[in-house]
Amino acid sequence: MAGQSDPHVSLFSPPEVEFMAEDELVEIVPNMRMDPLNFICGDFGPFYPQIPVKVPLWLAAALKKRGKCTIRPPQWMSIENLTKVLEGEREDRGTFQAVPFHYIEISRLLFDHARDDIPDIYMVRSLIEDIRDVRLHKVETNLEKFSATSAVKIAHLSAMEVNVVRPFVVRALQAFYKHDNPVLMVDLDSVSDRQSHVTRQRQMPNNAQKQPLKRR
Amino acid sequence: MAEDTGDGSTAEMDDYETLMSTTDAELLKTAWRNEKAAPEILQFQAPLVKRAKEQIQLMEETVEEYEESGMDPLTVSLYQMDLDRAHFLLRSYLRVRLQKLEKYMFYIWKNESLWSRLSDPEKMFVQRCIDDMEKHLEETVLSKLPDNYQSVRRQSVISEEDDMVPEPQLDTFIACKARNRFVSLRLADSERPLEMERHDVSFVLYKVIEDKIGADIDLV
Repeated sequence: MAGQSDPHVSLFSPPEVEFMAEDELVEIVPNMRMDPLNFICGDFGPFYPQIPVKVPLWLAAALKKRGKCTIRPPQWMSIENLTKVLEGEREDRGTFQAVPFHYIEISRLLFDHARDDIPDIYMVRSLIEDIRDVRLHKVETNLEKFSATSAVKIAHLSAMEVNVVRPFVVRALQAFYKHDNPVLMVDLDSVSDRQSHVTRQRQMPNNAQKQPLKRR
Repeated sequence: MAEDTGDGSTAEMDDYETLMSTTDAELLKTAWRNEKAAPEILQFQAPLVKRAKEQIQLMEETVEEYEESGMDPLTVSLYQMDLDRAHFLLRSYLRVRLQKLEKYMFYIWKNESLWSRLSDPEKMFVQRCIDDMEKHLEETVLSKLPDNYQSVRRQSVISEEDDMVPEPQLDTFIACKARNRFVSLRLADSERPLEMERHDVSFVLYKVIEDKIGADIDLV
């Protein structure tokens, strides 16, 4: 029937994903006094000079832009932690390290708006870029090993990553679902991957390093 | 709000956050995200939309007052930004629904349970859409076709059901997360349930979690 699966209806644009990330809280150190702000999205403040306070990222960025505060980068953005995460990502090819759901967007927003508040910004930025690349590569190589399942669970996949892999994963699962009927299951062994018993849901399988899928 | 940072001490924080993240702005964001990611139209969030509209109106008046009373322009602009964000969310939510209504108007119109998910203005909108669409097709094409092929909804008089009505693809997979700490899903073709922690993202058949959206599970 006409027009039933428009893959774009369910997709979030990058600015929309960023919009959602802007509600995440960060700590700022104001340099001025201001009364509490009673917003629709919550109450923040009061603000006193040199007293740290938590606000949503968008508010932090707005105050920073006007020179009213400095932003304290979150704990997970320390070089020490990022190095640990990157090592973990490289060592364990099957699973993902625990990172904030919006780590890509948060770090991007902070790089854009608060570069002078992040110590060793070049190092931090390159670590995060490496982490992002390793993770995307990992998703792609793991997707190669995809086999018929009625559900795929991926621990610690981030918002932006979900958004990137969604079109492919959904189409692949749909195709499997269509062909997934007991009679056809027999054929499964003769298809590319030889995992004898098909467990229906699981983490994405471990696998040795392979050529990445074609880059977009 | 803030997601788990992976430092181990997040479990208590999660509960606390769940309690704290109940501002209407947050709820509206979730509703918008769910609506955007779901293949079919979901239940209209009437009370939430009503509250959001009231808050927005109140805030508009407040901002105006602040402006007139000569309040610090910085503070006023911050309130304006908050207002803009709430506006954006509400509009996007309503707009995503309108897109679905336009696309699946005939399908929704004939399906009682879907029809009941619409707000009154949405019902009016669909009704008018259908009238306009029928009139348009009638005038431009259908009236010029042979008698047997003049239906908007059927290919010809021998069709036994409406076979020209666009329907959403429900046999599809969506990405979702557990709203609270732990959710267990029964899958039709597996004996082991799918267990989801709060940090897990799962791609699951839409029908499996359909009735859990907005309760135990949110789409991402």
